[in-house]
Amino acid sequence: MRYTLALFAILAFVWLANSGHYTGLLLSFGLVSVLLVMVIARRMGLIDQESQPVHLLSRLPRYYWWLFTKIVRSNIDVVINVWRGPASISPVSARIPARFHSDLGKVLYANSITLTPGTVAVDIEGDEVLVHALTAGGLEDLRGGEMEREVRALEK
Amino acid sequence: MSDLLVDGLSGLLLALGCLFMVSGAVGLLRFPDFYTRMHAAGVTDTLATFLIVCALMLQAGWSLALFKLGLILLFIFFTSPAASHALAKAAQHSPLRLEPVAEQGADEAFPEPGQGTEIAEPALEADAANADRA
Repeated sequence: MRYTLALFAILAFVWLANSGHYTGLLLSFGLVSVLLVMVIARRMGLIDQESQPVHLLSRLPRYYWWLFTKIVRSNIDVVINVWRGPASISPVSARIPARFHSDLGKVLYANSITLTPGTVAVDIEGDEVLVHALTAGGLEDLRGGEMEREVRALEK
Repeated sequence: MSDLLVDGLSGLLLALGCLFMVSGAVGLLRFPDFYTRMHAAGVTDTLATFLIVCALMLQAGWSLALFKLGLILLFIFFTSPAASHALAKAAQHSPLRLEPVAEQGADEAFPEPGQGTEIAEPALEADAANADRA
């Protein structure tokens, strides 16, 4: 039930933020389209813990902030490598262990890896992520497990 | 006074964002193969986009446009990893595949994790091979 409510709140917010016309007619159109999307999502079995991870909500801001600082740092690293030229990079790829309680944790981890420039999650197989990194340092950083710990703290 | 401050700040953010955009583009041209170029492209759709959208948000002030820009930022941050992953996954189905199958020669075999720093060497060779093919 709360996932349904969460989806309703998000869809309503997106409609209100994008419409800008708050007349009765357009608001009722908004309500109709929100309900239509919810009916479709329900029929497709999309309303569940994975699509509406409301249980993460209280810990998300902290994780987003950590991820943001990480993104800024790795952006600067990659830009430095760009201007130093191809001689400064050492592309590597390896499988990194990704053991989480849920698939959601794996997805969060892989997406976070891809979102930070310098590392890309190429594939997930079982409990391992195939990662390509721009520098050996970037891969070592990932192996250090800081991001893994953060994601685990987020999902539990 | 506060107008001047907001304008100055948004100008600074725009300039920084442009710098990161250009850096990403230069990286895209300079880096040797597909995967390393993807990393350079990552700069343009994370921090560069963030800085530019933030600068535009400062210009928009407290209005509906502010929320719309926020949504744009949110959707870019949600969708760009999916797009990057789709690219990388597609490359896995092409000759650029990162992990050659075990039957191929030992020189191209993918190193097992846990070998520490030795990992860099074979992977570099594989990347050089990819660069030739690209």
